[in-house]
Amino acid sequence: MEPISVFSGVAAPLKRSNVDTDQIIPAVYLKRITKTGFEDGLFANWRQDPDFVLNQEPFKTAQVLIAGSDFGTGSSREHAVWALRDFGFKAVFSSKFADIFRGNSGKQGLIAGVISESDTEVLWAAIESNPGLEVEVDLPAQQVRFADVTVPFEIDEYTKWRLMEGLDDIGITLQNEAAIAAFEAKRESWRPKTLPAKGV
Amino acid sequence: MTKPLTLAEKLWNDHLVVKGENGAPDLLYIDLHLIHEVTSPQAFDGLRMAGRDIRRKDLTIATEDHNTPTLDIHLPIAEPTSRAQVQALRDNTAEFGVRIHSLGDENQGIVHVVGPQLGLTMPGLTVVCGDSHTSTHGAFGSLAMGIGTSEVEHVLATQTLPLKPFKTMAINVEGTLRPGVSAKDIILAVIAKISTGGGQGYVLEYRGSAIRSLSMEGRMTICNMSIEAGARAGMVAPDETTFEYLKGRPHAPEGADWDAAVEYWKTLKTDEGAEFDAEVFIDADKLDPFVTWGTNPGQGVSLFDSVPNPADFTDPSERSAAERALEYMDLTPGTKMKEIAVNTVFLGSCTNARIEDLRAAAEIIKGRKKADGVRMMVVPGSQKVRIQAEQEGLDQIFKDFGAEWRFAGCSMCLGMNPDQLAPGERAASTSNRNFEGRQGKGARTHLVSPVVAAATAVRGTLSAPADLEA
Repeated sequence: MEPISVFSGVAAPLKRSNVDTDQIIPAVYLKRITKTGFEDGLFANWRQDPDFVLNQEPFKTAQVLIAGSDFGTGSSREHAVWALRDFGFKAVFSSKFADIFRGNSGKQGLIAGVISESDTEVLWAAIESNPGLEVEVDLPAQQVRFADVTVPFEIDEYTKWRLMEGLDDIGITLQNEAAIAAFEAKRESWRPKTLPAKGV
Repeated sequence: MTKPLTLAEKLWNDHLVVKGENGAPDLLYIDLHLIHEVTSPQAFDGLRMAGRDIRRKDLTIATEDHNTPTLDIHLPIAEPTSRAQVQALRDNTAEFGVRIHSLGDENQGIVHVVGPQLGLTMPGLTVVCGDSHTSTHGAFGSLAMGIGTSEVEHVLATQTLPLKPFKTMAINVEGTLRPGVSAKDIILAVIAKISTGGGQGYVLEYRGSAIRSLSMEGRMTICNMSIEAGARAGMVAPDETTFEYLKGRPHAPEGADWDAAVEYWKTLKTDEGAEFDAEVFIDADKLDPFVTWGTNPGQGVSLFDSVPNPADFTDPSERSAAERALEYMDLTPGTKMKEIAVNTVFLGSCTNARIEDLRAAAEIIKGRKKADGVRMMVVPGSQKVRIQAEQEGLDQIFKDFGAEWRFAGCSMCLGMNPDQLAPGERAASTSNRNFEGRQGKGARTHLVSPVVAAATAVRGTLSAPADLEA
C-alpha cells in the first residue's frame, strides 16, 4: 500500500444520505474474481443518468467524495471500496459511515473521514460555487482545505497511522505469532472443527 | 468481586489474543470461518500472491450460495461470470485443502443456514464470514460478524482478526407475540424504531421474555437482521432451547466435551448489574405484523397502517429519503398497506428459509390456491432443508398452491443468480433488504414475515394471516 500524507484533487458532492453498498456497486459486479478493475461498477445504476454528478465535468476525474450521512451501509462487500479506489477516489467524507465500510476503507488505503453535517453543507456549497477547484486533503493534520474553507475530519489514530505508513494488515498481525500459538494451545476440545468432516 | 460483564464483553475477553495498545485494535481469535464464492476469490488470490497458506483449515468451511441456480442444478451454471466465481471457489478450496459443500451436496445452501445445521455454529464462539448476515450465528450466543474480503484473507492467514471494541446495546423485548406475529416482525419493528444507523458501533443483545420463548430459527431471523440496524453483530444468550437444538447435530460436542461445553455455555449471559451503553424496549404484546414501504429496512410500518406522508417527517434527511423512496416504490401517501398489490412473493433467504419458516408458510396456504397473476417462489435455505421439507410433505402443499418449489441458495434475495424481478415488479419478500434494485433493476421490495408472505400470495395484496379467515 502506498503511504498517504497530503494530496490534492477534485472533490465531487454526492448529495444523498444512506448511500448503501448496493448503490455504490450493484451485486451484478461482484461476480468477478480479480482484485482490480471495478471502476465501471461504481454507482452503476445512478451513472446511467447523464445528470448524475460523476457524469459531469469536472467530477468525472474526482479523487475526493463528499457524501451525505450514513455512507456505505448494507452489504459488507469490499468491492464498494475497490470500485471507489479504481475510479480514482482517495478519500470519502461523510458525517457517518457504516462500520464495515469504514473498516474496509482503511485496509485498502481509502480515507473514510468523518466531518460534521454542517461542514458537509459548507463543502457542498463551496464546491458548487467553484466546481473546478481542487481540495487539499491533509491526513496528518486531519483537514480538508478548499479555497478559504478549512474543515477538520475525524479518523481513528490507528487507521491514520496505518494509512500514513502504508502498512499491510497481515504483516502486522503475524508479528504476534507466539501469542497466537499460545492461545491455540489452550483452546478447549469441545470447540468445533470442520475437519474431519461429519454429517456428510 | 469482579465487575459484572455483558455477554458480548465475555465473548470478547475469552477470545483476546493480544490487547491493543496506543489505539491499536485488539487481536481476537476466530473459532469458525465460513466461506462462499463471492467474497473469497480475491482473498485466496492475496494468499497466493504473498505465498501464504491457510493457518487452520480445520476451522474453515466453504459452500456455494450467492450465484447458484435454483432450477436445473444438474446442468452447468449458465451465466459465465457466476460459473467462473463458483469454479474459482472449487479450485481454491481444492488447492488449499478446504472442506466445501458444492451444488448438489445435501449440505450445500446459504452459508448461514449450513453452519447451524451442521452443528458447527454453537455458543461461545467467534464466527466470521465475508457476508454481512453472519450476525445470524449470534443467535447461539456467539460473537458473529460479517467481514470484508481483506479480512477474509487475514483470517485465512492468521485465524485472528484485529478488532476495535464495540459498544453494547440491550434490545429488551418483553411480552407475548399475538397470533400471526413472528420474529421477523420483532426485528423489523426494532429497525423502524432505532433506524438503519441506530446500531452503528454496537453489538446488540436481544433479551426479554419474547426472545426467550422464540425457537432457534426465530432467534436466527432476528440476529440475522442486526446488520440492517447498522450493528456489527447481534446475539442471544444461550439456554436450554439452544442446547436442545444443538445436541446430536453432526459437529456438536459429544460425551465429556458436551458436558464441559454446556457448563461453560451456561455462564454465557449478561451478569446481573452489568451496564449496557444503550437500551431499547419493545412491547411484544402490542406488535403487529410489520412490513416495509420504502427502500431501506428502517422504512417500515404496521401492516394495518398506511403509507406515511413524507411531510410528516421532522428530520429533513429522513423526509427527503422518504420522498425518494415513495417515488421509487411508486406509492402514494395514505394508501393502506393492505391495498398494495404484488406480482411476486419470495419465500427464502438467510433470514427466513429454515424449516420452521417453510412450515409456517405452508400452514397458511394449505388447501388454498394462490391469487391469479401472482407468482410465488419458495427457495429453501439449504438442500437439507429442502429434503426435510419434502419428507414432511411441505413441497406438495406449495406445489398444490401454485408456488414454484426450488433448490437452495440466496436466490432472489439479491438476484445474483437468474432469480430476479423485472423492472417495476413488486414483491413481498421474506428477505432482509429492500434497497433500490436489490432484487432486480427497478424492482420494488416489501419486506415481510413468512406468514405475511403466505397470506399475501393467497390474496394478491399485502395481507395478514387473519385476513384469510374473513
